[in-house]
Amino acid sequence: MTLTEKILARASGKTHVRPGDNVWVNVDVLMTHDVCGPGTIGVFKREFGANAKIWDRKKVVIIPDHYIFTADAMSNRNVDILRDFANEQGIEYFYDVIDDPKGHWRFDAAKGNGQRQHGSHYSGVCHSSLALKGHNRPGEILFGTDSHTCQSGAFNQFATGIGNTDAGFILGTGKLLIKVPETMRFFFEGALPKGLMAKDVILHLIGEIGFDGATYRAMQFEGPGVASLTMDDRMTITNMAIEAGGKNGIFPCDQTTLDYVNARTAENGTKNTFTPADIDADQSFIYDKTFDISALEPTVACHPDPGQRKLAKEMGHVALDRAYIGSCTGGKTSDFLAFAEIVRGKTVKIDTFGVPSTTRVLEELKATQWDGKSVWNILADAGVRLTENPGCAACLGGPVDTFGRMNAPLKCISATNRNFPGRMGHKESQVFLASPYTVAASALTGKITDPREFI
Amino acid sequence: MAHSITSKVFVVRDNIDTDQIIPAQYLALVPTIAEEYEKLGSYALIGLPDDQYPEKFVPEGGMKTPYQIVIAGRNFGCGSSREHAPIALGAAGVEAVVAESFARIFFRNCVATGELYPFDSGLRLCDIVKTGDEATLDFDHDTLTVNGNTYQLKPLGDVRPVIDAGGLFNYARKSGMIAAK
Ligand code: SF4
Repeated sequence: MTLTEKILARASGKTHVRPGDNVWVNVDVLMTHDVCGPGTIGVFKREFGANAKIWDRKKVVIIPDHYIFTADAMSNRNVDILRDFANEQGIEYFYDVIDDPKGHWRFDAAKGNGQRQHGSHYSGVCHSSLALKGHNRPGEILFGTDSHTCQSGAFNQFATGIGNTDAGFILGTGKLLIKVPETMRFFFEGALPKGLMAKDVILHLIGEIGFDGATYRAMQFEGPGVASLTMDDRMTITNMAIEAGGKNGIFPCDQTTLDYVNARTAENGTKNTFTPADIDADQSFIYDKTFDISALEPTVACHPDPGQRKLAKEMGHVALDRAYIGSCTGGKTSDFLAFAEIVRGKTVKIDTFGVPSTTRVLEELKATQWDGKSVWNILADAGVRLTENPGCAACLGGPVDTFGRMNAPLKCISATNRNFPGRMGHKESQVFLASPYTVAASALTGKITDPREFI
Repeated sequence: MAHSITSKVFVVRDNIDTDQIIPAQYLALVPTIAEEYEKLGSYALIGLPDDQYPEKFVPEGGMKTPYQIVIAGRNFGCGSSREHAPIALGAAGVEAVVAESFARIFFRNCVATGELYPFDSGLRLCDIVKTGDEATLDFDHDTLTVNGNTYQLKPLGDVRPVIDAGGLFNYARKSGMIAAK
């Protein structure tokens, strides 16, 4: 069986499953956030009763992250709905925006959205937080009310996005009926050369199979090339499985995985027992292809979908208005460090926005010193507009006062993951997806630029 | 469920993602709150680019659409997992989307909510049919008849009884999987 089949078989109490089988799986973690949480809670109460209890208060993780730093009253209300539910149900893992469990979240527009407004429990973008807070464990089943939940597959989990109704069902029962997908294998050889990042790998693969090339399927990443990829790299890759239509993306578990998971579960005191799924000698794939990742070149996905693959070096004619670094895909510490390597000591030519994915990234950027200067200040001195409020921000547009949102028909190069029309705000705006290196180089020149010119 | 519906169709092309079905700025609306559900319907497909789609899906100031059937190209509903997308269409009055193909989560959410029937046509009807054409969708035979031609759609199979029951919960109760209310 493939990795996905093995995990689904185990979670459904079967010795064997085949693609196309419908199985009831036991859920290890259900994640929800401020956009889909209130609706999920609404479904749960409507169906199981106003006084119903959730199936397991330690298996539900609630992470407000999407529409937080906005004066939109409904969005602020939605965070309060999450807090009420977490209190009522005794949910242990709720990474609230404010510290007072009886308080109300109100964004203070007068302070602006650059200056810190969150409390000490707040974490930031849900998928990054699942990893950081020790909720990702090999061999487990994780569902989330967010399409990029597939990111957690970096940790050898079966992880996929679902809607509110399915999530409401899990809240009451701890189970979900799912169809076993066919698996596509992407076999990596070589290692990334200088100037290339994991983002280039996944943009290359999506271009290869098309924006719907993995619809209903699992994407399994394997091969000797995996060893050189850090957990951050793997997360960038699995994060975007959905941009090829994939149900999930998954890596094998190795020492890199174990070191990361053991450190994070120990730090946050989360469950630290798990059984990874290892690779069988006998696997069958619907697609199987080898990729030499040392031969890749900086890659861009052009407006209007993630499958519009081009090489950065061919796109110099595209003049840009804006650059953006942030999100679950491109807002990790390693992403900002790569970006800073390029812009260090220089000045960006176009409006450039930086949003750390989590509060931990914010702390690390402030604490990391290069020649006596923090990376945070290096970025600010290069002209990057930064916010101390981690979260999804303009990655999905959001309310009009969202930090970095495109409120006009602009062209933006972005380290995020999705570029359908209107994704980052204005419906006539255009988004070009690229690695943090490529975004940084393009921010310096004002047009799409191959970052190897600056390395 | 009626055995057939006849309605004007609204035609969209490939890759209509959830941001075009219901743009992110309206996601603070909670679908399980009745007035917010109605409001979501009024914004259905408001994210379509105006130059390509001059006809409004929901008339300005209205709450419902005159089009009960949507015809689409490849990969309809790609993008986010937001259930707001099938719900917005359902709340606007859509009964079925007939697409060349669907994105997985959108398809699943149609079934789980029971909001609408996602018919796979496997055919590029979006090249043949125009917005405003009148079509009849026959649920007994899984066919769509438009402009004098009848097209066979792929049967919904396993998921049909779930949508007929009104979604995952009603179905699970009917089949005894979870306790009756
Ligand atoms: S950062 Fe963007 S892609 Fe990631 S969870 Fe937030 S909105 Fe979704």
